[in-house]
Amino acid sequence: MDQFTLNLLFVGASFALYIGIAVWARAGSTSEFYAAGRGVHPVTNGMATAADWMSAASFISMAGLIAFTGYDNSSFLMGWTGGYVLLALLLAPYLRKFGKFTVSEFIGDRFYSPTARLVAVICLIVASTTYVIGQMTGVGVAFGRFLEISNTSGLLIGACVVFAYAVFGGMKGVTYTQVAQYVVLITAYTIPAIFISLQLTGTPIPALGLFSETTATGGEGSVYLLQKLDQIVTDLGFASYTEAHKDNLNMVLFTLSLMIGTAGLPHVIMRFFTVPKVSDARWSAGWALVFIALLYLTAPAVGAMARLNITELMWPNGTNGEAVSVETIANDERYDWMETWQKTGLLDWEDKNGDGKIQYYNDKSDAMAEKAAANGWEGNELTNFNRDILVLANPEIANLPGWVIGLVAAGGLAAALSTAAGLLLAISSAVSHDLVKGAINPSISEKGELLSARIAMAVAIGVATWLGLNPPGFAAQTVALAFGLAAASIFPALMMGIFSKRVNNVGAVAGMLAGLVFTLIYIFLHKGWFFIAGTNSFPDTVDGSLFGIQSTAIGAVGAIINFAVAYGVSMSTKDTPQEIKDLVESVRVPAGAGAAVDH
Amino acid sequence: MADQTQQTKAAEDGAGYWSANIRIITISLIIWALVSFGFGILLRPMISGIAVGGTDLGFWFAQQGSIIVFLALIFFYAWRMNKLDREYGVEED
Repeated sequence: MDQFTLNLLFVGASFALYIGIAVWARAGSTSEFYAAGRGVHPVTNGMATAADWMSAASFISMAGLIAFTGYDNSSFLMGWTGGYVLLALLLAPYLRKFGKFTVSEFIGDRFYSPTARLVAVICLIVASTTYVIGQMTGVGVAFGRFLEISNTSGLLIGACVVFAYAVFGGMKGVTYTQVAQYVVLITAYTIPAIFISLQLTGTPIPALGLFSETTATGGEGSVYLLQKLDQIVTDLGFASYTEAHKDNLNMVLFTLSLMIGTAGLPHVIMRFFTVPKVSDARWSAGWALVFIALLYLTAPAVGAMARLNITELMWPNGTNGEAVSVETIANDERYDWMETWQKTGLLDWEDKNGDGKIQYYNDKSDAMAEKAAANGWEGNELTNFNRDILVLANPEIANLPGWVIGLVAAGGLAAALSTAAGLLLAISSAVSHDLVKGAINPSISEKGELLSARIAMAVAIGVATWLGLNPPGFAAQTVALAFGLAAASIFPALMMGIFSKRVNNVGAVAGMLAGLVFTLIYIFLHKGWFFIAGTNSFPDTVDGSLFGIQSTAIGAVGAIINFAVAYGVSMSTKDTPQEIKDLVESVRVPAGAGAAVDH
Repeated sequence: MADQTQQTKAAEDGAGYWSANIRIITISLIIWALVSFGFGILLRPMISGIAVGGTDLGFWFAQQGSIIVFLALIFFYAWRMNKLDREYGVEED
């Protein structure tokens, strides 16, 4: 059976499974559509949260970004896990105690203001839509590869599948489907990693393999994997893998943005409304992180090992020997993956100096210029290596069996689909429940509410697909922007709503608007207005940026502005009424949470 | 009946319960920041003498160690708070 059929088989079988579950557990009432009747066990909920959370950014994109940058991109690892600490300690139990359906409902009630609710809805929609753009980038890569078509066609087909899929069910369908998706995606992520770790280090646990000695019997005796990697990448003029090259300020702010963004994303927070008890909400966050950590502890190993494998494939005789020849790439089956990925337009090479070899090195490094001149090299000949293809291409690069490749294709799609579906649900509930029912037409029928939810989904996916065709960055980078927006707008409002009795309606609205507008404008100034390429005023580099802070790291600054403005404005306006102080008191203790607040 | 006694006790001890919670949160968040922003980034040069698997301890904290500590923190907090709920009688039925 050829690889294409095998991929189709794995992807098809996993889809049949999800759709089967979705049909079986189809949402009947509005309450079920949003919150699954609050009957989900913490472990199940944790697993579903993990699937919901680990998107194309985590599965497809992150290891690739780490692979080509090394230590500097550790921010993704710390940021996307550290946020769960904030979520578990500062938000989840209190929001569960509050007992409503959506994040904006809490903000609207706590700040006793329909305006606050409306502003929260806008913040949610902006952050979630940006997030979906990142997902669509990943969906395009995955569909492009497994159908062996261009990235653009892959994206368009993927968009139709995501939409059809999200319309099928509400949260309940999604919860059980997501448990299945978690199992598929974690298996797909770890199996190739185990194979590769065994090949390179002899250790079956990739997380440990990263810090082990390599098994390759070179002349120099045994050497640690990371030392070997550092050696060969610096030989080719690239920055060393394990050292820091980014300034501390940007790294800290970026990590912090991802952390507080995690705790401010509506589709993750919504998960904690679906557990039976307040104490379960605390455990749930822990279980979610257990399931997430299985992937996140493996990801840095996947990145480092893939970087080593790719570099060695391009330099089969060592970095001082001859580079791989064009002929070998065309004929040797170990290089077949390069030709399949070339079809997607995400990988390319060109024999610039016509010597029949493909030299892969850093042509921007001054140290390499001399060596290149001496050898007659005319620039890096591995001209395009999209970071987002690394994880999907990884099993092929390591020459693993065909079924592993099919499994990874299914896993990548599971990751992208589960998150896209969760986000679309969050967007649609924000529009139908908070915007239409809450503000525009409170007397709308249940049927009308569900219809507006679905229209909102269609619009969101249309916008995301259109922008996904020219994404503002690799999947994980776009997603990082979404986190910055959530960090600057939603998280501070939620936290102040619980931990302060003094922050009032005017303060919260001013704070959210200040945080969102500041962050959004800063991102647009660096990434282009509405992410349209070429309309940016500043280059998105540390040196070229407005405040010396990259757009992906600005969310943390936005959050600080939000806190400061909200507090300042609240102190100079009227104190909160007594019933709000009582509400805050009641949210702070678990007793009397009740099973579910009927709506 | 039992529920009512709990409610009254909760009101009396409300402030104590909340400040105990804040204390646990503060300690946890100090550890949270220390392992990630501290050992993983800012203090990395200080602990670079400690070798771990071909690199230094800071690299390990940035890529794996902090995640393991985060996990421990969340489970510690859940366990500690559920205990605190019972101590103050504010747990759910």
